[in-house]
Amino acid sequence: MRKGIKNWGPPLLLVSPTIIILGIFVYGLIAANISVSMSDRHSLKPAENFVGIDNYIALFTEDRFLHSLCNLGIFTLFFLVGTMVFGFLWAWMLDKGVTAEGIFRSVYLFPMAISFVASGVVWRWLLNSAEGDRASGLNRIFESMGLGFLQNPWWSDPTWGMAAIALPAIWQLSGYVMALFLSGFRGIPEELREAARMDGASEWKMYRHVIFPQLSPVALSALIIVGHMSLKVFDLIMAITKAIYQTEVPATYLWIALTSNDYAKSATIATILLLLVAILIIPYLIYTARAEKAHR
Amino acid sequence: MRNSLSILAGAAALGLALAGCSAGGGTPDANNANQVEVFTWWASGSEKVGLDALVKVFNEQYPDIEFINASVAGGAGSNAKAALASRLEANDPPDTFQAHAGAELTDYINAGQLQDLSSFYAETGLNDVFPKSLLERLTVNGAIYSVPSNIHRANVVWVNTSVLTKAGIDPTKAPADMDAWIADLQKLKASGVDTPLSLGTEWTQMQLLENVLIADLGADGYSGLWTGDTKWDSDGVKKAVDHYGQLLGFVNSDFAGLEWDAATQIVIDGNAGYNVMGDWAEAAFVQAGKTYGTDYTTWATPGTDGVFDFLADSFTLTKGAPHEQATKDWLTTISSAEGQKAFNIAKGSIPARTDAVASDYPPYQQTAIKSFAEDTVVSSLAHGAAASISWSGDISSAVGKFGADRDASSLVSALVAAAAKALG
Repeated sequence: MRKGIKNWGPPLLLVSPTIIILGIFVYGLIAANISVSMSDRHSLKPAENFVGIDNYIALFTEDRFLHSLCNLGIFTLFFLVGTMVFGFLWAWMLDKGVTAEGIFRSVYLFPMAISFVASGVVWRWLLNSAEGDRASGLNRIFESMGLGFLQNPWWSDPTWGMAAIALPAIWQLSGYVMALFLSGFRGIPEELREAARMDGASEWKMYRHVIFPQLSPVALSALIIVGHMSLKVFDLIMAITKAIYQTEVPATYLWIALTSNDYAKSATIATILLLLVAILIIPYLIYTARAEKAHR
Repeated sequence: MRNSLSILAGAAALGLALAGCSAGGGTPDANNANQVEVFTWWASGSEKVGLDALVKVFNEQYPDIEFINASVAGGAGSNAKAALASRLEANDPPDTFQAHAGAELTDYINAGQLQDLSSFYAETGLNDVFPKSLLERLTVNGAIYSVPSNIHRANVVWVNTSVLTKAGIDPTKAPADMDAWIADLQKLKASGVDTPLSLGTEWTQMQLLENVLIADLGADGYSGLWTGDTKWDSDGVKKAVDHYGQLLGFVNSDFAGLEWDAATQIVIDGNAGYNVMGDWAEAAFVQAGKTYGTDYTTWATPGTDGVFDFLADSFTLTKGAPHEQATKDWLTTISSAEGQKAFNIAKGSIPARTDAVASDYPPYQQTAIKSFAEDTVVSSLAHGAAASISWSGDISSAVGKFGADRDASSLVSALVAAAAKALG
């Protein structure tokens, strides 16, 4: 085997534009962002001092930021549980065999084709919190159906308001999770089910011991994908409520800090968001890398 | 065959999309002295009409100078501010940019990005035609950094006369102070109006709080809040927060999600009696076909009679502006009597000059022009005149929190903390 530049040169040449561009525009900018987050650039003036992690400490002791993290937590919880439950339920029902499966699949998947901004504008109206005479959207529907007691303030509720914001997100992403689960179901060979049935497993036992274990990689991927989307949610909230305190999450707080020229603070929030997503993604990458190695 | 057709269609669609990229206006040239590049977020609606009217006057006064419109649309100015910050950062400033007059310019001034215009004020005689109290509001450490093109008033209550008459309240007489107004609101509620007062999203709440602060502290006390002379934990502020909390008891439950126009619409529709809003609400009433004096009326927010809570759009001269002389010509036009008249009639605001002829304007503006000349002018918080962007952002967040939890002591301590941070 020949060694030397002739061997590794051409492939390196081929990937070098990507490496350079990624290096500058992704990792270089991440580094620049972190360096701003450790400076005292709180206005349009250039940074003067290196302040280490002071900005991080200031943020984590600030009620407002903790409130935005708490909002994000509630949103993520409802968003994850909602999409997983509905996605699984739909995939399971389709897998059981229905007529016109293609139609149902499309109906469930279509909301994903709409951008968060566009659906946010519609849900802004649907989730209008006015009740009684001036009610509109869902509250109006409830009232006209004689279900007036179901009217509620939606996202205006001080504690659980973020759960209402999760509704449109669940509506949009459940179909996607369904598609993931459905491909998982379809990937399980029919022989396995037959074998389980032959051995006398009940329907529940077959799911519990044969199907679910095979679905767990799919479930993990779905969790990671939906989870990281949830952590960086911005457009949906801007479209439904604009950037206000009640529905503030780190991403909208970042935007407010940026537009009030507090560059250090917004860079700090951005870094924290990156870390949050990294906590979720990196173990997943390690896990898949190991799984691939094991397959080889 | 079908394949190649669809590829062709795809290519055509892509070409169409890319063709959109090549659109654009005039380009600024630093070597051409007869240009002025004006950066605004006036890209649609009455603001665009106003800007066009202003440019028309400019072209008449200075036919040699080419006006380059560098407006950035969207986001009520937030997109434009982001674009502006990156241009200033890259040392490629537009000649002049639009900004709210007053403390919102603080960041630009501290960063040394604006030129002092006080000699321009002296040369063009603006010191004599702008009200003294306005000049005081504009002056920062002895220097003035912007020229206002129009004035709005933020302490106005918009009143639906028939709603009030039905409840036995005389709509033409403004209550003397906050307590009297709250008594009227109570009366209105008792008569069966669910939401006597209409309110909208965070900045409109901040505007309402600012109105109550002016009412309870008086003009001097209120202005002192921004210099540190009035303490944010003083009894006056606590009383105002208490009044503000009482007012929130009369508002529509869905306020947090409503833009100002939706909140004003509640009064127009007769579902609420009052709305505190800046005088751009006039256009909404006119568009709805309502008549001033019979269908609706206005008065200064109770307790703020004789005070004019101002906000203004203004233009600056940037440091390192490529066309300095032409920019001064532009500033001369926008501060001239003709320029202000053309712009303000189109936009529905009032001129900053006291020598404006009131009869040129519609009825509501006439009353505003009269009080602007006579009243004490104070700076609006919700519209960037009173506090720097980061300070008003902190207050906005505290007010938004109060809207959800109604915790008065936490609001006061947040206000104190915000002031301590800003006044440092």
